[in-house]
Amino acid sequence: MEYVISVLLSGISVGGQYALIAIGYTLVYGILRLINFAHGDVFMVAGLLGIYMTATLPISVSLPLVIIITVFLGFAIERVAYKPLREAPRMSVMISAIGVSYLLQNTATYVTGGQPMTYPVIPFLSDTVNVAGTQTKWVVILTPILVLVLVIALTQLINRTKVGMAMRAVSKDFETSRLMGIKINSVISATFIIGSALAAVGSILFFTNYPAITPMAGSMPGLKAFVAAVFGGIGSIPGAVIGAFIIGICETIIKGLPSSWDVSVFSDAFTFALLIVILVFKPQGLFGEAATDKV
Amino acid sequence: MKKIVAALMAGVMTVSLAACGSAAAPSGDQAAAASGGASGDTIKIGVFEPSTGDSASGGKKEILGMQYANSETPTVEVGGKTYNVELVMADNGSSADKAPSAASELVGKDVSLVLGSYGSGVSMAGGPKFEEAGLAAIGVTCTNPNVTAGNDYYFRICFLDNFQADVLANFAIEKFAAKKAYCLGENGNEYDQGLVAFFKGVFEAAGGEVITDSFPTNNSDFTSYLNKAKSEGADVIFTPVSIAYAKQIMEQAASLGITIPFLGSDTLDDNMVLEATKGTDLQLYVSTFYQEGGSDTFDKGIKEYINGNSDAMTANGGNDTISAVTAMGYDAYYVALEAIKAAGSGDKAAIKGAIPNVKWDGVSGSIAFDSQGDAVRDTAYIKTADTASGTWAFEKVQTGSSK
Amino acid sequence: MKVKKKHTREIAGIIILFLFVILLENISGVIPGMPAILQPTSPLFTVLKKAAVYSLVAVSMNLLNGFTGLFSLGQAGFMLLGAYTYAILTVPTDQKAQVYYLFGGCAFDFSLPDLFQGIFGNTGVGSAVSLILATLIALILAGCVAGFFAYLIGIPVLRLKSDYLAIATLGFAEILRAIFQWQKLGPVTNGANMIKGFPTFSSFNITDTTGNTILRLSTFVPFFITTVCIILIVCLINSSYGRAFKSIRDDEIAAEAMGIGLFKHKMLSFVISSFFAGVGGAMFAMYVANAQAKAFTSVMTYEILLIVVIGGIGSVSGSVLATFLYVACSEWWLRFLDSEMYLGSFKVPLLRNGFRMVVFSIVIMVIVLFFSEGIMGDNELNLAGLHRRFQRKHSAAKKERE
Repeated sequence: MEYVISVLLSGISVGGQYALIAIGYTLVYGILRLINFAHGDVFMVAGLLGIYMTATLPISVSLPLVIIITVFLGFAIERVAYKPLREAPRMSVMISAIGVSYLLQNTATYVTGGQPMTYPVIPFLSDTVNVAGTQTKWVVILTPILVLVLVIALTQLINRTKVGMAMRAVSKDFETSRLMGIKINSVISATFIIGSALAAVGSILFFTNYPAITPMAGSMPGLKAFVAAVFGGIGSIPGAVIGAFIIGICETIIKGLPSSWDVSVFSDAFTFALLIVILVFKPQGLFGEAATDKV
Repeated sequence: MKKIVAALMAGVMTVSLAACGSAAAPSGDQAAAASGGASGDTIKIGVFEPSTGDSASGGKKEILGMQYANSETPTVEVGGKTYNVELVMADNGSSADKAPSAASELVGKDVSLVLGSYGSGVSMAGGPKFEEAGLAAIGVTCTNPNVTAGNDYYFRICFLDNFQADVLANFAIEKFAAKKAYCLGENGNEYDQGLVAFFKGVFEAAGGEVITDSFPTNNSDFTSYLNKAKSEGADVIFTPVSIAYAKQIMEQAASLGITIPFLGSDTLDDNMVLEATKGTDLQLYVSTFYQEGGSDTFDKGIKEYINGNSDAMTANGGNDTISAVTAMGYDAYYVALEAIKAAGSGDKAAIKGAIPNVKWDGVSGSIAFDSQGDAVRDTAYIKTADTASGTWAFEKVQTGSSK
Repeated sequence: MKVKKKHTREIAGIIILFLFVILLENISGVIPGMPAILQPTSPLFTVLKKAAVYSLVAVSMNLLNGFTGLFSLGQAGFMLLGAYTYAILTVPTDQKAQVYYLFGGCAFDFSLPDLFQGIFGNTGVGSAVSLILATLIALILAGCVAGFFAYLIGIPVLRLKSDYLAIATLGFAEILRAIFQWQKLGPVTNGANMIKGFPTFSSFNITDTTGNTILRLSTFVPFFITTVCIILIVCLINSSYGRAFKSIRDDEIAAEAMGIGLFKHKMLSFVISSFFAGVGGAMFAMYVANAQAKAFTSVMTYEILLIVVIGGIGSVSGSVLATFLYVACSEWWLRFLDSEMYLGSFKVPLLRNGFRMVVFSIVIMVIVLFFSEGIMGDNELNLAGLHRRFQRKHSAAKKERE
């Protein structure tokens, strides 16, 4: 029993962290129809920033600063690498995204010297707590709650505010909304800003829990978060969150299966297999709207 | 426009080709270049180590040992003439894909012999290039049996995985009377999986029970595995993983409050892993090549070297704890000098012929080679993490099972 | 008549290229005192070999991405299949126990080189014939295995739209890697350990009885295989199938309306591309002299994709040119960026380990953003065409004068 609880606990916290990244994917994909391959690496860079910032500044200053810088990074990436290609074929934008991801990873290798970096201990979040006989960190328990709060705030933003309305309009029909006078570029920037901010929050939670950062640390969580976004139905925020929790929990359950089955190595492979199954049988995901192709 | 770009590209290509052509041929003395090595008063030793990628941390520490040895003894006397010894670095990027070109870079720079690498995979990938070029390589801490098997030009001064696993399995049985061991390695990493397989062999032969598990590359959540080990009631946890993972595992084990003793292989003998155990209740025992205190002069010297050089300090992870791989790198350098002396020149063929007979009493013990090119070693050091002070404490000298 | 003439010119060009490669590789053996760059161990040859291998993979990816418009990111997975097929089939029987030491030998007690040596003998010409036959058959089978898996994977995923296809194929490559690394399959795949000991490019160097190399062919062999494969791909592109591929790329719906079977042609392109990726993977194994699943990550696919983009999506000669440039830069010319350098007493800033890759990725971003056509766009390098154009200009000038 204790074991089951411990597995579920890690599943939920992993899922929560994926959820924060997945929202960034789903927002960007909903609007630009672009798999932002660099998103996972933005997450990794946010983690590294956290390390370098807290080394010189007190935590109360450095963490907000990390979020601000990450937001700026996301904004800059969009302006430099995606905006010039707005009229180009979708493949070019995706290649540009892969290029950015490559650049961020190589820069991180250069800066850190390729060594794993240790994430600082954040008071309270890093403290341990006992849940039903299992010891764990506070961050594990707080993650799902924080995710829930952020998601509610975000859906309010999208459903109630003008920016949100513009975002919905652009994701429905890019061209028409432009004709209706919506400033496409600022809407897209807003999307990237929200996505990056959430990735920065996600990185604080994730790396407090798993405190070693390597230049490749963002790529796997990034890909999984994308799968989560697809699973939940791309463009749908609740979908992405639920997808992320399902994937996180499934993954930890697979890892926790008896060793004699020797299937724990397939925890990543499972995520991709799930992706393919969904794409083939229910391409619109759990909550996505069926896409209509206009000729 | 297109054509201008194409023409520009072609232009850049030819110019850089020409530039490299002239740079790659520094001396007109082809006889020396063909035989390898000793042009003028310098003998070059190639350093084939990772300074980027997963194993960068270990590779850098190994280089540190060589650099210190080089600063201590920068010359070698051969046939009455004193030669300067120069270390030529090539980064194999911790990846089997980049290793062949790093190896041929060294070959192209006319080194007399090669030291390295940390990590067996890159050594195996670079090995054929050295063999082709007739260049001898001395592995420092590449412990996989297949590094030297089937390659006449690869030697090594460290023990092998099967020996190390044997030592640890015996230690687990003797110290903890362990009956059940949980082994965790990275999927697709020959180092981890090899050690786990050998450990399993020895431990089961002694009547114990072994549970093995593997995690996917770039995994960061180890809590499921650790909880599994706990719920299975394992007496020891064996984690022969690379440094980044070891660090993660230690930190997560600390937050889960795992008190089962951890056994680690030589990779875990690293400051970063040690740091992760500081101030926790973890028990960590690692088998390694060298224990601080083994040689006072070496300890003192290297600490001075590290503290007096900020680059060295960074390479060592920001403190002056001596890693075993540093001691091994130090010994490897002296073995190389002995080989050069025995060969009587910087000629790579002569050096290759001389290595099998080299004997050297290093700080990590006496070194001699067997017919396979492996070091003859029958002991390993076991040390434990002193979690209160964040240092390594010597546990014991462990021998393998009697054969 | 004219067509024939054009072909003879191309064939002559290829033969000259081959002779040049052989000459380049052997010149240091024939004429002593050549500069270090021409010594057989110089990085020049490492780069040439790797680029020859990569250019085949890049062209195969271009066939899919550039000519058919299918954005697939599964190339590394198909290379992995090819590499393992080749390696498992060609490790000599007597080495299997050593290579598969963790698993007590290989489940496949069979080896192509041994089989042919049994027929043709293992000395002199006999061993050469058996080596060539074994390698050839293993390469073809490597391609076939990759192609077969591509067929199986293609049935579900080829129905997907552009970026979904990309992520699904990427996922398949990751799944394949996990399966090949699984310790339970160790007796076949050697689990995490690498398979080695099989014939590599260096095995093709001709030696005399004492073991001295007479004629080096280790660079020629990858050039030869790649050239043959690329010629086959070019023939396919120029055939009616190739035109169908291009029409699918340009407009799927119009192509379908014209009576082109979408799924059939997509599948054909996918399988053929994977076949050559498999052959390329086998050659990659020959180049690094081992096969290990760890090497075939998505990073490798991205690398190849970037090569294709640099060369120009939809240009075969562009891909080949770009591969040689890319490999030479990353493995050789830009290596100096990784070590500290002094100009006099001035220490050049920033130069440190890893800087090469940073510069490299910036260059790639610049190409992607500002020269999205790549080196060649979708044009081909064509000597005959250049010649003709020159002539036309000449005659036009003549006409003007009259």
